[in-house]
Amino acid sequence: MSLLELKNVSKVYGNLRALDSVNLTVEKGEWIAIMGPSGSGKSTMMNIIGCLDTPSSGHVILEGRDITKESNRALTELHRDKIGFVFQQFYLINYLTALENVMVAQYYHSMTDEKEAMAALERVGLKDRAKHLPSQLSGGEQQRVCIARALINSPSLILADEPTGNLDEANENMVIDILKKLHSEGTSLVVVTHDPEVGEVAQRVVKLSHGKIVSDEMNTHS
Amino acid sequence: MFFRMVKGTFVKQWKKMLMLALTIALGASIATAMLSVMLDVGDRINEELKAYGSNIIVVPQSEAVRSKLYDIEGESVETDYLREQRIGELLTIFWANNITDFAPISDTYADFDGSEVKLIGTWYNHHFEFSKKGSVYERDTGIINLRTWWDIVEGQWLDEQSIGSGEYAMVGSLLAREHGIKVGDRISVTTENSSEILTVVGLYDSGDIDDSHIYTTLPVVQRLSNTENLIKKIEVSAITSPTDELAIKAAKNPSLLSGDEYDLWYCTAYVSSICFQIQEAIAEASATAVRQIADSEGKILEKTELLMSLITFMSLVGATLGVSNLVTSSVMERSGEIALLKAVGAQNIQITTLLLTEFLITAVFGALGGYFMGYGFAEIIGRSVFSSSVEMSGMVAFVVTVLIFSITILGSIPAIRIVLKLRPSEVLHGGH
Ligand SMILES: Nc1ncnc2c1ncn2[C@@H]1O[C@H](COP(=O)(O)OP(=O)(O)OP(=O)(O)O)[C@@H](O)[C@H]1O
Ligand SMILES: [Mg+2]
Repeated sequence: MSLLELKNVSKVYGNLRALDSVNLTVEKGEWIAIMGPSGSGKSTMMNIIGCLDTPSSGHVILEGRDITKESNRALTELHRDKIGFVFQQFYLINYLTALENVMVAQYYHSMTDEKEAMAALERVGLKDRAKHLPSQLSGGEQQRVCIARALINSPSLILADEPTGNLDEANENMVIDILKKLHSEGTSLVVVTHDPEVGEVAQRVVKLSHGKIVSDEMNTHS
Repeated sequence: MFFRMVKGTFVKQWKKMLMLALTIALGASIATAMLSVMLDVGDRINEELKAYGSNIIVVPQSEAVRSKLYDIEGESVETDYLREQRIGELLTIFWANNITDFAPISDTYADFDGSEVKLIGTWYNHHFEFSKKGSVYERDTGIINLRTWWDIVEGQWLDEQSIGSGEYAMVGSLLAREHGIKVGDRISVTTENSSEILTVVGLYDSGDIDDSHIYTTLPVVQRLSNTENLIKKIEVSAITSPTDELAIKAAKNPSLLSGDEYDLWYCTAYVSSICFQIQEAIAEASATAVRQIADSEGKILEKTELLMSLITFMSLVGATLGVSNLVTSSVMERSGEIALLKAVGAQNIQITTLLLTEFLITAVFGALGGYFMGYGFAEIIGRSVFSSSVEMSGMVAFVVTVLIFSITILGSIPAIRIVLKLRPSEVLHGGH
């Protein structure tokens, strides 16, 4: 059984087809990069995969379950239990510390566990920044807090929308290393990127244009 | 975590939360003030209207009929009297505690300075004791509280408690002017029965016919008219419930009421049931309501209560709209944060709980402030309109609490609907 299947998925805004009959299968443990020009529907697709949005037509099958038929509440649960999301912009709650921002995800998942949250921050190299507020962190550090938050509940799939989009090279490399580590531990990754370097480290590159998949290739190097 | 987030909102949106607390405080204060005043406005308005005199007059049975026939003022016709010792029976009736003041009245005409003048004998601040069947009833009562509109232009009220119920007089301002009477003068009044020398202790301005009369003590009038231990009538002031349909029906004939209706009527302080009870206690007397006043009391009371209810209602509606506005804008401002919470797995119910907790905490502070503010308003209204203080009541606190919680939750509904509809994908979509 595949981890995820998109069958003929379309998303229509007015008369704009942001996604147009997309078919995609993601296997367990796979690392896919999604590339394409701005406005090609990448974020739209991520939101649908991540159960944050529902398609206008077609089916999304997550671990054998057709989520297009699920209620809002069930979608929230699925999203919460199976998926870790890293947003295109660093969305942190600005009056909570880095540690607390990670713990919010624990709180709504099950129970807060400070040690575990601390361990997650350690994985992204931010142990000594745990008590800082987002405003006291650099962009790269904020993005790493988001990653720590995404992986805190051990999701089977991590979705990252431009995780390196606003970062300098040093931070970019750090994020790539974290992704590599997660992948080597068996987590499935779907990463949206403009950045060829990030695309290169993935196993498979899917290219979108005007809401359609225009190419789907395995990277030869890995 | 939960409280960490609640706290965060207060830190971040303290201005909005302060406004919210103020809005709620305003609503709560008006509701508290109106309800506090309304709760004892019945008694208060009655006390206020008592200024216009007694609302029940007790006369001998046949006199009631005769005065209606002739409407005479002072012709020496044969008159019926009540026995003075029967006055105390008033204090034995079911609604005795609602009788705030009463005074026996007797009068006679006497020769004064060559003209005929009416003398009225009564109690002023009489200490009255009455015992019956082993119970002792005590009251300090008299017309001082039944003639509150009198203006003492010179001297003072006849103070029975310090100078006794002897040969003293208060003279109407008109009569005093005609005869050049001053406080301290000794005036002589004579009838066929006896002659009395009275010391003038005060001059009053009543604004009515009493300005040409002399008020003296009861024993003096009884000696002058040779009617020892007898009185002509009793003026009674009682706190009564507004007249309603049951009271009107009973007033026609109490025996036509059903058993339950009778009990309800008897045990309600209607002016008619109090009159009825006075007649039960003093069989030879007839007690009648001084109609216009008893009626207008009921109407004024109803209208005032209606007006106050309306003000309360409007202020609560206003507060609800204000709350709804502030709460909605607070939620809009935080839509990104709320979407994020949804995106990390918060269910609608959890977010709703979080928001309601914040709003209700704010409401509690607002309501608390508003309650004390409202109590202050009630105090001001009480002092300026009813010239007495308003009691703080647990009942009002309870009702206001319920009202404030309701308007907070009601006012939060539009915001909660926004939260329910909010899709994280739309808010967190990211720049393109
Ligand atoms: N809520 C919405 N309502 C209307 N149109 C939308 C909405 N969300 C996205 N779109 C449109 O759908 C198209 C695809 O948007 P999407 O965000 O998926 O692009 P993207 O590939 O992520 O672009 P970028 O690389 O700039 O982030 C765009 O033309 C966008 O304007
Ligand atoms: Mg995008």
